[in-house]
Formats: sequence, structure tokens, C-alpha cells
Amino acid sequence: MDLTQILLLPLSQLFAATTAAYVLCALGIALHFGYTGLLNFGQAAFAAVGGYAFAIADKTLGLGIFGSLLFAIGCAIVYAFILGIPTLRLRADYLAIVTIAAAETFRFVMVSGQLGPWSGGSEGIDGWGKDFYDLNPIPSAVYNVFGIPLTERQLWADIVGWVVVVICALLMVVLTRSPWGRALKGIREDEDAVRSLGKNVFGYKMQSLILGGVFGALGGVVFSLNSQTVQPTVFGTNFTFMSWTLLLLGGAATVLGPIVGGIVFFVIFLFLQNLLMGLQSSGILPFISGEQAAQIPFVLMGITLMLLVIFRPQGFFGNKKESQING
Amino acid sequence: MANDIAKGSIEPGCAKIDPILVADNVTRTFGGNKAVDVAHLEIPRGKITALIGPNGAGKTTLFNLLTGFDKPNTGSWSFAGKDLAGVAPNKVARMGMVRTFQLTKALSLLTVIDNMRLGAQNHPGESFLKSLIKPLWIKQEQEITERADVLLKRFKLDAKREDFAAALSGGQRKLLEMARALMSEPKLVMLDEPMAGVNPALTQSLLEHIKGLKENGTTVLFVEHDMHMVRHISDWVVVMAEGKIVAEGEPDVVMKNPAVIDAYLGAHANTDLGTVSIETVKDGE
Repeated sequence: MDLTQILLLPLSQLFAATTAAYVLCALGIALHFGYTGLLNFGQAAFAAVGGYAFAIADKTLGLGIFGSLLFAIGCAIVYAFILGIPTLRLRADYLAIVTIAAAETFRFVMVSGQLGPWSGGSEGIDGWGKDFYDLNPIPSAVYNVFGIPLTERQLWADIVGWVVVVICALLMVVLTRSPWGRALKGIREDEDAVRSLGKNVFGYKMQSLILGGVFGALGGVVFSLNSQTVQPTVFGTNFTFMSWTLLLLGGAATVLGPIVGGIVFFVIFLFLQNLLMGLQSSGILPFISGEQAAQIPFVLMGITLMLLVIFRPQGFFGNKKESQING
Repeated sequence: MANDIAKGSIEPGCAKIDPILVADNVTRTFGGNKAVDVAHLEIPRGKITALIGPNGAGKTTLFNLLTGFDKPNTGSWSFAGKDLAGVAPNKVARMGMVRTFQLTKALSLLTVIDNMRLGAQNHPGESFLKSLIKPLWIKQEQEITERADVLLKRFKLDAKREDFAAALSGGQRKLLEMARALMSEPKLVMLDEPMAGVNPALTQSLLEHIKGLKENGTTVLFVEHDMHMVRHISDWVVVMAEGKIVAEGEPDVVMKNPAVIDAYLGAHANTDLGTVSIETVKDGE
């Protein structure tokens, strides 16, 4: 059992691009759920739309990095409209059902043989994103960041990922403190009251769904660029629930919450996974297999999610009164 | 007494000299039950009109229909000359016809002052793109905050300014909802039981405030069960029973109308309940 490995590897999650990707998705859900009261249980679909659109635009359509980025954002907006037009008039719990179903549907469509030439079926799409890494200004070397060795390639993906997080978070701070954000919070509290005050509730919900969805799509782009592949299995329900856990850990109606929640979540998650696998491989836990050791943190994640909702709905940063799931 | 409201004879559904709201043949059925069946109704401009009637008479349903929160089976109505049938509730409000709810809808987890600010109309900061640039809306924000503070003071909520609306009592929420509706400077304000749950000391000042609205040219239409209030401030009373308009007229006249007493007020309308023995009430039933 290599102790340094167990302690250091989780710390690398502090600034990993994958953490940034999940944080972006969680920021999107914060806007949907924390500020507007939309129960979106299909954030994985927005991430998948972003990842797939970027990959297809880059590899098949050859739009280049900025063209692909715009294409990914555009596709997320289209998906938000398709999802939102029929469902945003429904009550919040129905929206939850539809979003989760739509997310799974999207994933299965991507796996289907008919789209194979575009989406790569169950294999996904790999071998793209070269343009992105060609832009890397960092000289080729292995860098030591807080004791963690990182290649210039990894460092570049991490930096870009977190820059995107910072931009989105700042945008969200400005928006949620504006009268626009006030209208969203009003809708979260009581749609009809806001309607009676002359506000176009459907329009606000749509804007929220689109913006939060675009955050999710950017998360998908960062996630996929990091590994230079998109794979349908990645964007399952797990992806959505992980985003929810780190959102609720940090605080749903906050901007800082998803960011800090994301970092804390992944550091602990990877630490537990490494620790359990290390213990297992050195024979201390003979009653579980290596496979099981890797899965136990997911079980703990589910338990954490439940405990959070029951005992600390406001997360680290939220105002308790403002974050109660039920009135 | 000469009346300056009705044109011609006073009867249910009579024409008004200067109507602001005109409804025709508005019906709404729930299952087989006709909840609202209004053949013709005109609400006089610049006056305070009370809508009274027993529980289940269709008063709130009529409110919901007129403000677009519910869709009628048949009917058309116009507000200040503009056709309103099928218009979305937010657009109705923007045209200057703002309502409150019988079950108060305070925005619980917004502060009292934010509740008030949300009542203002045409705020540039409420549009997505403009909200990103503070200089575009900060002036308007200050203006509406000043206006909100004046209203909060008048409704005695200024001490609660920074509290969440959830922390207010039932009566205070009622007041907040009314004050919030006034933030939009409506032409017609429709209050659904504004006095329910408000303590008597505050009732007096609220009544004065509603009268003040009239002086500023706002038309008021309200549903209320408190007959003292109806008598005290309304210029005109419309009585509904089983979905229909059964009577209307000036308050003193309407309340002596046998049909109204039968349908709603009961034989002991003018007696203090404390002085009526249980037996008498039972006999009256």
C-alpha cells in the first residue's frame, strides 16, 4: 500500500479538469434548482450534448476549436428549448421525471447504430481535440504542482477548465444579484404570485433552463476535452447525481457552494476510493473484492446525499431558511 | 338619492356611466357544477366596488377568470376598452389590472423589500441582457426602492424590511401582498379578502388606505365577508350567489334587499352574534 499515493492522488482533484467539469454542471443545477426551483435531474444530458456536439464539430465537421465551442453551446440551447417548451408549464415534480427520462433517451440515441457514423455508437468518439492541445503555450515538461507530477498537457486542460468555471461563476454572481435573479427567486417561491405581478414566468424559466444548460454543456466540453473522448456511459444518471451531491454539499442557492462542494467532494471521494482499494490490495479487507472497494464510495455518496437533504439542506454556505427543500 | 354610478335603472348587471371592466356571458363549469354564470357585469371606474356573496358563490373563480388565471367555458370581457379574453395573467397585470390572492402568496424566502421591488413594472434590470450591466437599471432600482419604502411605512411593515417574508404573520403577509400589488401603480386593483386575518387596529388604517387609492384615481374591486368594511368604504356592491349576479346597488340599499338577506346576510345580519342566543340562530336556520 503506497500511502503517498493515497494522500496525493486525491489532492490532485483540487485543480483537476474533471472537477471543474462537474462544478460547471453543478453551477447549472444551482441556477435551475437553487434559484428558479426547476428540478432538473437530467443535467448529464446537457453535458452529453456539449461533449458530443463539440467532438462531432471538431472531428467530423472540422469547425475548429472556437467554432466547435459555439456549436456545442448552440446545441445545448436547442436541447433546452426541446426540453423546456413542453415541460416548463408542468409542475416541478413532473419536470424532474421528464428531465431524467430525456437524459437517458439522449444517451441511448447516441449509442444507437443509426447514428454510429456520427456518434461512434457505444464506443463514443475519440482522437479529436488536437487543435485545443496545439494551442497550449506551456512548454513541454513534467511539472511538479504541490508534489503532484503533471504534464504540460494535463496542466493546460486543468487551467482552461477552471478559467471556464471562474467566468461562469462571475456571470452567475452578477445575474443572481440583479433584478433578473430576483424574479427567478420569486418564481422559485410562487409562480402564480410572480405572474400576478406582470412577469413572464415561462420566459424566465426558459432563460434559466438555457443558461444552466449551457453551463452543463461547457462542463461536458471540459470533461471530454480532458480525455479527448466522449463516451455514452460517462453521461449516465451517475453523472447527474454526482453533480447534485456536490451542489447540495456546498449549498443550492449559492454560487460559491458548487465550487467548494465540488472540490471537497472529489478530494474525499478519491481519497476513500484509493484508501479502500489500497487496504483491499494489501489484504486488510479480505471480505471485499477490488471491484467492490471501488464501488463503496458511490454507496457512501448516496448516503451523503440523503443525509444532506434531511439534516443540512443549505450545504456549507447556504442560508438554512432559503434552502429548505420543502417550504 | 341620486346615483352617479349606474346608467338607467339599478338591477343585476345594469350598465354603468363609466365602466372600466365589462364582462359578458362569462361561464365556468367544474364537472356538472356551474361555478360562474355571469350574464353581464360592469365595474365603475374610479369607485370602490365590493363583491359579496356566500361561500361557493363563485367570487374567487370570477377573479381568476377575469385576471387570466383560469379559462372560462364561454364569455368575453374587456378592461379599459381592451379585449381581455384569453390574455395571459402576466399581460393582464401589465395592462394595469393587478390582483391579490385569498390564500396569501407572499414570496416566503425573499426579503420583504425584495417582494416589494418585484411588484414594480417595466424594470429594465429584469431583462436577462440588461441585468448584466448595472448602470442600465440602478437608477430605476433606487426609484422603486424609495417607492417601496413609502408603501412599507404606510402598511407598517417598515420594521420588517430586511426580514424574509416567511417570518411575517398571516395578517402582515396579507398587507405585504396588497402593498406589493400597489407597487405596479395599477388602474384597477382586485383584492381577494384583504381584511381576513388582519388585526382590527390595522383594519382602520387599511380602510383609509383603500379610500386613498380611490382619491388617486385607482379603481378598487374587492371580495370581503366583513360587512362593516363593505358598508364603510364601498361605493357600490355586487352580490353573487350560485355563480350568478343576484343584486347590485349602493351598499345601504343592497343590504336591505330581501334577496340578498336570504342568500347571504341572514336574518341576523345586523345583530351582534354575542347578543343572539344559540336557539334563535338555530330557529333562523
